[in-house]
Amino acid sequence: MEVSASGLTVRFGALAALNHVDLEVAAGERRAVIGPNGAGKTTLLNAIAGELRPTEGSIRLGGRDATRLPAWRRARLGLGRTFQRSTLFSRLTVAENVALAVRARDRKGWRFWPLRDRPLEDEVARRLAAGGIAHLANRQAARLGHGERRILEVELALAASPSALLLDEPMAGLSGDERRTTLERLGALPDDVTVVIVEHDLDAVFALAKRITVLDHGVKIADGTPTEVRANARVQEVYLGAI
Amino acid sequence: MILGRLASARNAALLAVLGLGLASVPLWAPRFWIYVATQALIFAVFAMSLDLLLGYAGLPSLGHAAFYGVGAYACALLALRQVDGLFPLLLVGGAAAAIVAIPIGALSLRTSGVYFLMLTLAFAQMLWEISLYERGAFFVLCLVVAVLTFAVLQILARSPFGKTLEGIRENETRMRALGVPTFRYRLAAFVVAAAIAGVAGSLAAMSNGYATPDLLYWTASGFGLVAVVVGGTRSLIGPVLGAFVVLVAQLGLSTYLDRWELILGALFIAFVLFVPGGLVGLVRRT
Repeated sequence: MEVSASGLTVRFGALAALNHVDLEVAAGERRAVIGPNGAGKTTLLNAIAGELRPTEGSIRLGGRDATRLPAWRRARLGLGRTFQRSTLFSRLTVAENVALAVRARDRKGWRFWPLRDRPLEDEVARRLAAGGIAHLANRQAARLGHGERRILEVELALAASPSALLLDEPMAGLSGDERRTTLERLGALPDDVTVVIVEHDLDAVFALAKRITVLDHGVKIADGTPTEVRANARVQEVYLGAI
Repeated sequence: MILGRLASARNAALLAVLGLGLASVPLWAPRFWIYVATQALIFAVFAMSLDLLLGYAGLPSLGHAAFYGVGAYACALLALRQVDGLFPLLLVGGAAAAIVAIPIGALSLRTSGVYFLMLTLAFAQMLWEISLYERGAFFVLCLVVAVLTFAVLQILARSPFGKTLEGIRENETRMRALGVPTFRYRLAAFVVAAAIAGVAGSLAAMSNGYATPDLLYWTASGFGLVAVVVGGTRSLIGPVLGAFVVLVAQLGLSTYLDRWELILGALFIAFVLFVPGGLVGLVRRT
């Protein structure tokens, strides 16, 4: 699913967290959004996902105007996301967390009889195994370690079988092994799934994304292939040559 | 299969003892205690409906007594018009509460301090009252309603609908991001809880022979919350135990103390601080 924003502006009082940002991500494209802290990366994802109403500008998902749609409608169009701060069901087990995501995707919430749902149970087991967290199935989400929480965060988004996925720093604080698993999981996504990833880990960014958008102080300062972005004078200024 | 998943063996034993004990009350208890147990059962139905909101959906409501009151008034008004039969009255009480709950829930999903006109409806000359005056028979009706409420809520809590409510309680942002229209689910839970509270209100009106604004006053919701917290949220059986504790405390203490609510308040705070799982949590831990 194609994801695009045009003239996107989000103001918090006098501060413009995003200032007329344009973004065009084609269906199946893997796009990274980078920039220093406070550049507006998370704001951009929140506006696209519908958690935040933009002050100006519009958002299109799969060619459809989604500017006024609530977050849950955008999710039903096929938009999935992860959050910068893990957003889990703390008092439920890891398996129950994933089951909720699968059930939401299949829109099975309006069933009032507790029948056993074998296909759902099987899918949850498959997903936990693929994510390398099968051994944690019965652990309460609140009792997970930091890396395990980040992995579950990604698994919840994947379980919705999204056609476009917004990832907010999925690698932050992961150990070497956890990073590899997560990169494999994301690399194994079907080719037609659009990915927009906000990430500070530049190795992960270059491993996943073919195109990079750079934000600084709410303004888009560069947009292009890794080579083009590296050569950009303003990007070098912002990153002090560290890119 | 559902029974197997209902609860552990201990819970099942607890339920069986409680159910049999209650069912035998009319056989041996003096009239006064049958009356007390009847009031406690009515209150238990109300408390269980509040547990659906507070425990399962994570919606603490101080306005829940409004629906209890609406049920009571609807039942009383209908009885004034000489409508005969217990089940129509109970259904109307529940339906009236559900209908009122839709706009209230849609506006706020939380009401507090609702109370209506000073209005007391005496309905002493009811046709059906003759049969109801058999306290034992009315007690059995209340017990049947309480058991049905328990079963319905137990099933609901374990259904995909109940799981979805649980997810919304744990993390509404994530549920929205997964494509769940969280508001609609919360409203549905609100209306179901209101309908059950309305049925409890109808029972209260039948039992007392009148409906008063007290039923809608926020303290009635407050007592409900005390029952749920003291008994243990998210258990359904907890609120039933809590209802009996609150009612017996009320009867026992109000004879000696004017401000018996203070004692109940202290009990509530003690449970919040030291026994977060309530009475049911204590049983589970041992």
